[in-house]
Amino acid sequence: MRDVLEQIDNWIDQGEEIAVATVISAAGSTPRPVGARMIVTRTGKMHGSVSGGCVEGAVVETAIDVLEQRRPKLVSFGISDEMAWDVGLSCGGTIEVFVEPLEAQVAD
Amino acid sequence: MNAEVFNAIRRAIAEERPAAFATVIEGDNVGNYLALIHPDTILGTLGTESLDNATLQELRRFLTEGGAQALEIDGQRLYVEAQLPPPHLVIVGAVHIAIPLVGYAQIIGYKTTVIDARGTFATDERFPHADRLIEAWPDEGLAQLTLHPGVAAVVLAHDPKFEDPAMEVLLKSDVGYIGAIGSRATSDERVDRLKTLGFSGADIDRIHGPVGLNLGGKSPEEIALSIMAEIVAVRNGKDPKAATATAKTL
Repeated sequence: MRDVLEQIDNWIDQGEEIAVATVISAAGSTPRPVGARMIVTRTGKMHGSVSGGCVEGAVVETAIDVLEQRRPKLVSFGISDEMAWDVGLSCGGTIEVFVEPLEAQVAD
Repeated sequence: MNAEVFNAIRRAIAEERPAAFATVIEGDNVGNYLALIHPDTILGTLGTESLDNATLQELRRFLTEGGAQALEIDGQRLYVEAQLPPPHLVIVGAVHIAIPLVGYAQIIGYKTTVIDARGTFATDERFPHADRLIEAWPDEGLAQLTLHPGVAAVVLAHDPKFEDPAMEVLLKSDVGYIGAIGSRATSDERVDRLKTLGFSGADIDRIHGPVGLNLGGKSPEEIALSIMAEIVAVRNGKDPKAATATAKTL
């Protein structure tokens, strides 16, 4: 959470709509721990990481969909060895990512 | 995450106050939040009172122990996470032992604060490495800090007029470690004084005194190391003195 707060504030100031994606479970060898977060704007900007590069592209698409539907979504990804090899990561596990809209526009 | 919960968690992080929250990740109430901010502010709902009550017990545990994990409570799958501030060493009494103690604590990743009413002790020259120096009476100085289970407090002021006001504040808080310097005889006298002030035996048992593990050291640096070692052991749930006491009864 701490590592995305500053960017959330910047994006709120810029009037962006923001979705938060959180790794809520990880099985096997995964590059990012449970609790790792990335944030995505409706315009497609991203910050942070949930897998060290393997599935971020898919999470951005899910996040934009979540912002359009205004409803959270739980998605799971198997990080295949081939994908891992492609991006040079030692993964091979499975992660679940919870993607939700952030209603943070009322900053105090 | 709704604005109320998000802003409360953001404020807790800024104020270095422990926070824990649970969110529904599947089903009708997906996206609902229940948050617990230290010491006992509760925000939001997961959907039903019974689920909230069952989850609050978990949140209280997370608030002390930390962690992040998906759990099932009453048949509902939830994600639970704690946002804990960095561990914080608070030293009352800017005596010589405090100087190396601040150094050890910093290496281990603690934020450090030194409190002393005597301005000649709590100086930047003596403590250039401390995160914060507070020139105040112990109870007034402690009142300026957020006390929580991640705080370790060490009272190095030998004098009861400094020590007792500090103990009164610390024993009424939920700090994770309280240590007080002094010989066995000094410790016994402290127990008598605190009983007079109305504290129970269980309250007083929270105090580690004489402070520190017995490393046999004599220099301020060695004593500081023994104190830091005890703080780390207690934080990791391995109180060596408690283990020794159990072994003796066996």
